[in-house]
Amino acid sequence: MGANSHQESFPWKHIIGFLLSLVLTFAALWVALSSGLPLKAVIGIIVLFAVIQASLQLFMFMHVNESDSGRMQTFNMMYSFFIAVVVVAGSIWVMQFVL
Amino acid sequence: MGEAAHRYDETMPLEYRTQESRLNILGFWIFLGAEVALFATLFATYLVLFQRTGSGPTAGELFEVKDVLIETLLLLTSSFTCGLAIFEMRRGRMSGLIAWLLVTLLLGAGFITFELREFIHYVHEGATMQTSAFLSSFFVLVGTHGAHVSLGIAWMILIIIQLLQRGLTAKTARKVFIVSLYWHFLDVVWIFIFTLVYLLGMVI
Repeated sequence: MGANSHQESFPWKHIIGFLLSLVLTFAALWVALSSGLPLKAVIGIIVLFAVIQASLQLFMFMHVNESDSGRMQTFNMMYSFFIAVVVVAGSIWVMQFVL
Repeated sequence: MGEAAHRYDETMPLEYRTQESRLNILGFWIFLGAEVALFATLFATYLVLFQRTGSGPTAGELFEVKDVLIETLLLLTSSFTCGLAIFEMRRGRMSGLIAWLLVTLLLGAGFITFELREFIHYVHEGATMQTSAFLSSFFVLVGTHGAHVSLGIAWMILIIIQLLQRGLTAKTARKVFIVSLYWHFLDVVWIFIFTLVYLLGMVI
């Protein structure tokens, strides 16, 4: 999608993004507190829901891939999320040996 | 920098029309990438330490589903209304833009109010920054996010004042667009605080 794409007359994209975000929020809440799934499955599912919801914000609300530099913006954010995963997972992994 | 670098592109939305604006927006995305790295270090610290509760309360004892859900819904809705503000801006509707920005501000202020109440409640229960490694890292992570939201509120108020003074121009449109990116980004961070701090804390 380009920044110069046709402007819709009704904010469908925003409304769909908002409704999906609400569904994902309540689904994560249910999985965490009421589903009775094993802990590892719960963690996997709620983290997956969070990543999907963050992507919704980036693409449907922030239009990360629009404009001439859309590709650069998207790769910049993907790289920053890669760094975040390395920092967070790496810290948890290495600290399990000391704590 | 040739002529092309300064071209004014009528086919683009207002905030993208000058080369300077396009570079400002790209630059702000790169800043957001750095913000992701900043919050990653705070999440890493929290996730390493959150089970180190010492003699203080655990996450499961402290967190209340209702309060967290109210904060989450306030911020998520404010991100949505901020998107609607940009939608109105791209249709050239100044009144719709200002109205949705004001709604966004009110929801943001509501979020900060509930967060402060939550923090005060914890402190009254004896759960302070000094209580345990869990609470130190909790207050730093969630507090840094709250400070960002507070800054966002102040920034957005200033942008609204400028809009009222100068009207909707290529320059003010770019400023509104950048503050909207910042605001959406605060909700992106909150999604992970909701999941990795509150939900995880209530499960483990």
